[in-house]
Amino acid sequence: MTARTDADPQAALGVGHQAGGHRPDRHRLDVEEVDGLGDAERRPMLEILDVYKRFDKTEVLTGVDLTVRAGEVVCVVGPSGSGKSTLLRLISFLDPLDEGLIFVDGEIVGYELAGDRLHRRKEADVARMRSQCCMVFQQFNLFGHMTALENVLLGPLRVQRQDRASAEPEARRLLESVGLGHRLNAYPASLSGGEQQRVSIARALAMKPKVMLFDEPTSALDPERVGEVLDVMRQLADGGMTMLVVTHELGFAREVADTLVFMDGGRIVESGPCRQVLAAPTHSRTKEFLSRVL
Amino acid sequence: MSPAQGLRQLVHGRQDTADQPAPPAGTSSATPASAPRDRPQDVNRPLDHRALVKLGLPKQNRRHPGQWLCAAVVLFVAGLLIHSLAINPKIGWGTVGQFLFAHAILGGLVVTIELTFAGQAIAIVLGFVLAAMRQSQNPVLTWLSWAYINVFRGVPLIVQILIWYNLALAFPHLAIGIPFTSIHLQGSTNRIITPFMAGALGLGLAEAAYMAEIVRAGIVAVPQGQVDAALSVGLTRRQAMRRVILPQTLRVVIPPTGNQFIGMLKASALVSVIGGSDLLTRAQQIYSVNFEVVALLIVASIWYLVLTTIATIGQYYLERWLDRDRLGGDRSVGAAMSFRQRLTRNLSLRRQGGPGDLL
Repeated sequence: MTARTDADPQAALGVGHQAGGHRPDRHRLDVEEVDGLGDAERRPMLEILDVYKRFDKTEVLTGVDLTVRAGEVVCVVGPSGSGKSTLLRLISFLDPLDEGLIFVDGEIVGYELAGDRLHRRKEADVARMRSQCCMVFQQFNLFGHMTALENVLLGPLRVQRQDRASAEPEARRLLESVGLGHRLNAYPASLSGGEQQRVSIARALAMKPKVMLFDEPTSALDPERVGEVLDVMRQLADGGMTMLVVTHELGFAREVADTLVFMDGGRIVESGPCRQVLAAPTHSRTKEFLSRVL
Repeated sequence: MSPAQGLRQLVHGRQDTADQPAPPAGTSSATPASAPRDRPQDVNRPLDHRALVKLGLPKQNRRHPGQWLCAAVVLFVAGLLIHSLAINPKIGWGTVGQFLFAHAILGGLVVTIELTFAGQAIAIVLGFVLAAMRQSQNPVLTWLSWAYINVFRGVPLIVQILIWYNLALAFPHLAIGIPFTSIHLQGSTNRIITPFMAGALGLGLAEAAYMAEIVRAGIVAVPQGQVDAALSVGLTRRQAMRRVILPQTLRVVIPPTGNQFIGMLKASALVSVIGGSDLLTRAQQIYSVNFEVVALLIVASIWYLVLTTIATIGQYYLERWLDRDRLGGDRSVGAAMSFRQRLTRNLSLRRQGGPGDLL
């Protein structure tokens, strides 16, 4: 459980969910406004309840429990193979889960309750729910045959069925807000890794998601480009976006995350307020991992 | 110490050090005992490496005399060959000129082109269907696709064309209808399966087996991440296939399809075994009357070469267009370029050789 226990770690970190008046100089990314409610009053945006997943005989996730509240930023760290990426894939139902349930803003991911039984959702419904928790991938996965603008427009045009006249100014604005107003018509192959990742963030934002999932968004970037992507993510967090971030950037986690989750061997070993876990990990496995990474 | 000297010390290292132990007796011939005394001057002589850089590198590899000799021999033999062809009175170059634009030959040319397009169209449509079946979750469809590919790739094309042409021997009447109703169309096989139809079917159905494999390779070549991203944005699987996978499949599928198309142009000559009134059939019909066999085969060859050359050039531009997102980078740049700019760029590409070098 990661519901925050201390009073307000964000005040100490100098970042807040409230975007109003906060860093007025910075171009703020437009996300759902979250007013200054206390933690307990914020509704859970993402609930992961006792989730199990195995591929063939390999147990990848064994009983994962995690709650992310509206406007909260949760960073997940852990060694490779600990099931972090799999967890994200289950949340967006790219892979089905074996046991347990995941709720996004109160809706069951992939299933629906009819009477007193769960049924698999229809394909279109699954797709609609996926667009509510958009994923940003380690390898960007931009559509190679489309320009940056077309990449951002695909969802609004084909999923939300907006007409181009209304969708395009919004897409342009999003690309400008991630600093790519000058590369609207560039194809992914001619963009740097950092630029590609910022386009992919804009592509996810275009769907106005309730939760954003980041799967090691800076791991495929060269060190010089990491900062520009983290900057965009920081702005998102400032704007009140609910974010679940799998990352190895502990510096970013310390600065932006409310909660740090340490996963190992398919389960959550330790979780808590980010600074607290980083400064004084209680579990020996966490200590070992952090001492090696830091 | 200059970098050059440092390097030298690294290379000659040990011999310069005073406390170097004497080399073992067996190897003394290679490094005589006096070496440490003689070498240092040689080693430390200043050699201005920067001055060497200013010399510049030679622009071309040195031509070996053997290269010149080889080229001369090849040119001489080729010259002899062309000469003997040109002066040979039995070839009848006049006849070649006379029949090159003959009405019958041009008519055959049109039939060859029609056969090729018809066959390729059948192959592309059926190829996509077979590839989709092969990727299907349904084992019956997968097996059926595999069986089709195996049969139509396994039987020689000329045999397949003959089978379609002689279909009437097995099935004198053909009928299609809706099962369990009386609604149907039917007709005599010989009226439906004309030589042209037999040729197009034979070429197209055999080619479909190859196209299926090409399309399958194209689908497999699109990374799984593209599907994940498309689904994550909220597209359904069908939308992801149509908007994201298939367009990227085309880039992989079209170049080999161009090759297959050129192959089809040439394979269409097989239709002459059933009197398909294509280019080769017409040439054969003419030389069976005037006995100018070689001249008419040359006429046919010239036209086949013209067709394949045009197809090759078309393929080159098609592939460039497909690769626009890789070459140009910015679409607006490509769009703003005038035809003349494009032409100069293409020509300069060709002069440099490499992948642009076509002809």
